[in-house]
Amino acid sequence: MTLDAKIPSGPIQEKWDRHRFDSKLVNPANKRKYTVIIVGTGLAGASAAASLGELGYNVMSFCIHDSPRRAHSIAAQGGINAAKNYQNDGDSIYRLFYDTVKGGDYRAREANVYRLAQVSVNIIDQCVAQGVPFAREYGGLLDNRSFGGAQVSRTFYARGQTGQQLLIGAYQSMMRQVEAGTVTIFPNREMLDLVVVDGRACGIVCRNLITGAIERYAAHAVLLATGGYGTAYYLSTNAVNSNVTAAWRCHKRGALFANPCFTQIHPTCIPLSGDHQSKLTLMSESLRNDGRVWVPTKKGDKRPPSQIPEAERDYYLERRYPSFGNLVPRDVASRAAKAVCDDGQGVGVTGFSVYLDFADAIQRLGRDVITERYGNLFDMYKRITDEDPYQVPMRIYPAVHYAMGGLWVDYNLMSNLPGLHVLGEANFSDHGANRLGASALMQGLADGYFVIPYTLGHYLASGGLAPVSTDHDAFAQAADSVQKRIDRLLQVKGKETPRQLHRRLGAVLWDEVGMGRNEAGLTRAIARIPQLREEFWQNVSVPGTPDNLNKNLEYAGRVADYLEFAELLAIDALHRTESCGGHFREESQTPEGEAKRDDEHFSYVAAWEFSGVDQPPVLHQEPLEFEYCKPSQRSYK
Amino acid sequence: MEKMTIHLRVWRQAGPNAPGRLVPYTVENVIPDMSFLEMLDVLNEELIAKGEDPVAFDSDCREGICGTCGLVINGIPHGPDRGATVCQLHMRRYKHGDTITIEPWRARAFPLIKDLVVDRSAFDRLIQASGYTSINVGGAPDANAVLIPKDKAERSMDAAACIGCGACVAACKNASAILFVSAKVAHLGMLPQGQVEHKHRVVKMIDRMDDLGFGSCSNEGECEAVCPKEIKLANIAYLNRSYLTARFFGGL
Repeated sequence: MTLDAKIPSGPIQEKWDRHRFDSKLVNPANKRKYTVIIVGTGLAGASAAASLGELGYNVMSFCIHDSPRRAHSIAAQGGINAAKNYQNDGDSIYRLFYDTVKGGDYRAREANVYRLAQVSVNIIDQCVAQGVPFAREYGGLLDNRSFGGAQVSRTFYARGQTGQQLLIGAYQSMMRQVEAGTVTIFPNREMLDLVVVDGRACGIVCRNLITGAIERYAAHAVLLATGGYGTAYYLSTNAVNSNVTAAWRCHKRGALFANPCFTQIHPTCIPLSGDHQSKLTLMSESLRNDGRVWVPTKKGDKRPPSQIPEAERDYYLERRYPSFGNLVPRDVASRAAKAVCDDGQGVGVTGFSVYLDFADAIQRLGRDVITERYGNLFDMYKRITDEDPYQVPMRIYPAVHYAMGGLWVDYNLMSNLPGLHVLGEANFSDHGANRLGASALMQGLADGYFVIPYTLGHYLASGGLAPVSTDHDAFAQAADSVQKRIDRLLQVKGKETPRQLHRRLGAVLWDEVGMGRNEAGLTRAIARIPQLREEFWQNVSVPGTPDNLNKNLEYAGRVADYLEFAELLAIDALHRTESCGGHFREESQTPEGEAKRDDEHFSYVAAWEFSGVDQPPVLHQEPLEFEYCKPSQRSYK
Repeated sequence: MEKMTIHLRVWRQAGPNAPGRLVPYTVENVIPDMSFLEMLDVLNEELIAKGEDPVAFDSDCREGICGTCGLVINGIPHGPDRGATVCQLHMRRYKHGDTITIEPWRARAFPLIKDLVVDRSAFDRLIQASGYTSINVGGAPDANAVLIPKDKAERSMDAAACIGCGACVAACKNASAILFVSAKVAHLGMLPQGQVEHKHRVVKMIDRMDDLGFGSCSNEGECEAVCPKEIKLANIAYLNRSYLTARFFGGL
């Protein structure tokens, strides 16, 4: 299989314009004759549903939630980047492009990233027109702030609820199309299989989570916008229902999974407090604009922070990275926190947290300014930990947050399976090995509002799409395999809950495929995961029946998929012997302990082909070429 | 850390038409740092291990922003903490030996699905009735083309903070959705972008609210008291003014 990324020719600044002109168009009167399935209603899925509905396509939108508005994009706090240069501080499309490629440690596709930077400016215009209440200055202009890994202020925000406001904007636009009749919503549906006929994706099989019915839907194209796979680690900042199931089932039907080992561990999360914990809560990266990260210089120092004098504090980010200080990118900040904690300088009961201190900022700016900037985050922190961050420093520790890896897509956001398009976090394309803060919202909306309306039209207009009915054998076969798997889950009648098994998988991934990875640990993980899978299928307990709301059955199915997916994650991490971005191989580091890439051998996208459970996956490589951003050792010193 | 024993009375109902009742459970070894939902997770783990059907309840982000969770705890939607969803409630709020009653949202427009899970799709149908600006992708002017006074933007944001959880409806003796509707009308109405369709939006959303089986407002203010995002009653006053203006002077 050769992977053709279909990158348009010409200078990078002109590729997207040329491509749009070269793309075929669907006649306005014909658009309603095309049915498009969109799975997921986060920023990518909802924005795609809204814009395709506006164009006149017949859109079916599916989500696992009770309402499209609940998708986990809603929890994004900090902001959205755009190359508006409203602050006159030297930003440009080219700089956003450059920062994103560099921030991704030269493992993203240049052409995609450039397009992302180009359309970023349109996103802000669109959102303001929708009534997204972005933060403003007293003169009435939009406000911006700087965000981790950037030296310009290009981040637009709505308090600490930017994701919520952008998602509500997209959701409302989509609901407008529901009222207009172009979009039909199918909430409480979980996609459990992709239907492929003659090599083309032409429908899905899903379970109605309320009635338990296995339902079939046919379409001319399927758009997957189902987010990332961070919950494989059990504890993450993702929602408890976030999962890899839809993407994994597409993978099992032939879609390649690219760079699964590129997972982002976010540096500023509330640390773990006990075994009961069901998720980790992110504290926005924006806090690092005013908070200073430190640990006691002395190992095992148990004094309360207020009693540790200035001279005995190690502001390790400011010390190690004088030019970026507390604003270094996420992967760098996370590893630095792990390093000081592994060294015994960590604080808190477990010794696995570091301070994020606002005392200086409160003194400099006053409590009111800090409240205005971060009030809701401070409240959230206090609620969870019972400590007041206005009085004592926050304690933070890294947690799994975002998946840069995902299903492989070409420049048109289409996977190797014709008809299957993948948008937002579910694809792999724009963030390389590390995502910069405030770029996920940008990518989700770019894909949905401004990319897919063009590229999908081209696919549909290119012809050869025979109408497929849900009576086709392929639908029956997919529905049958879905039903068999559900029956099998119910028949085990073992002693362990899906959560117990999930937690054990998460511990293996966090220990061996977490912030620091090495050959021995990854080999252990690859041996251990199939054993866990075996234990799952021998001993899982799924009480109740399949014909009604059965959340434990849903959860068991997702854990079963994680137990397959996790092996691929570890295999990818083992094969990539270089360090890059969020993937840190301990064998490959500079003398200062920074990630050391191996461009000679690994400047490619690793796209894996499924060849059966318990069978080794097949690696396909898409070479990456850097014409504009010449790879260099990333330095934030 | 000291561990607590907590007694629960949980509403169990197999389906919309099945009879429901409060079932007693006891959860041992509850840690004060647990969230309320994590305590329910512990209960469900025990039930699953015994092969019994676990208690169905909704939750997703578990950080107070998605609006999925919602339980009536000892008679109060989202429980005793003001300005917080039930996923943000922690067991340190309770003491050893406490008995807690847990029920679903109860409202005609939110039919029960199972145990503590209700159908809130009526909120989607309310937003469908003009809870948006009619702006197609592609034609938007530059984001800074229209200046918006900071205080207006802030007031809009205050209202836009609504998470659509439905606690306001559950708390209201009339099961009115007026706080939800007013939050949307104020969010968009405060901004120039939302002004264009303001009159139509107000009338259409109020009409739709009536059609969907929500009750009317009788100004008791329970909705504001339980709102996890502290959406203010002032939004309802704004809605009422807008509605009267639209009806009497707006030709609608």
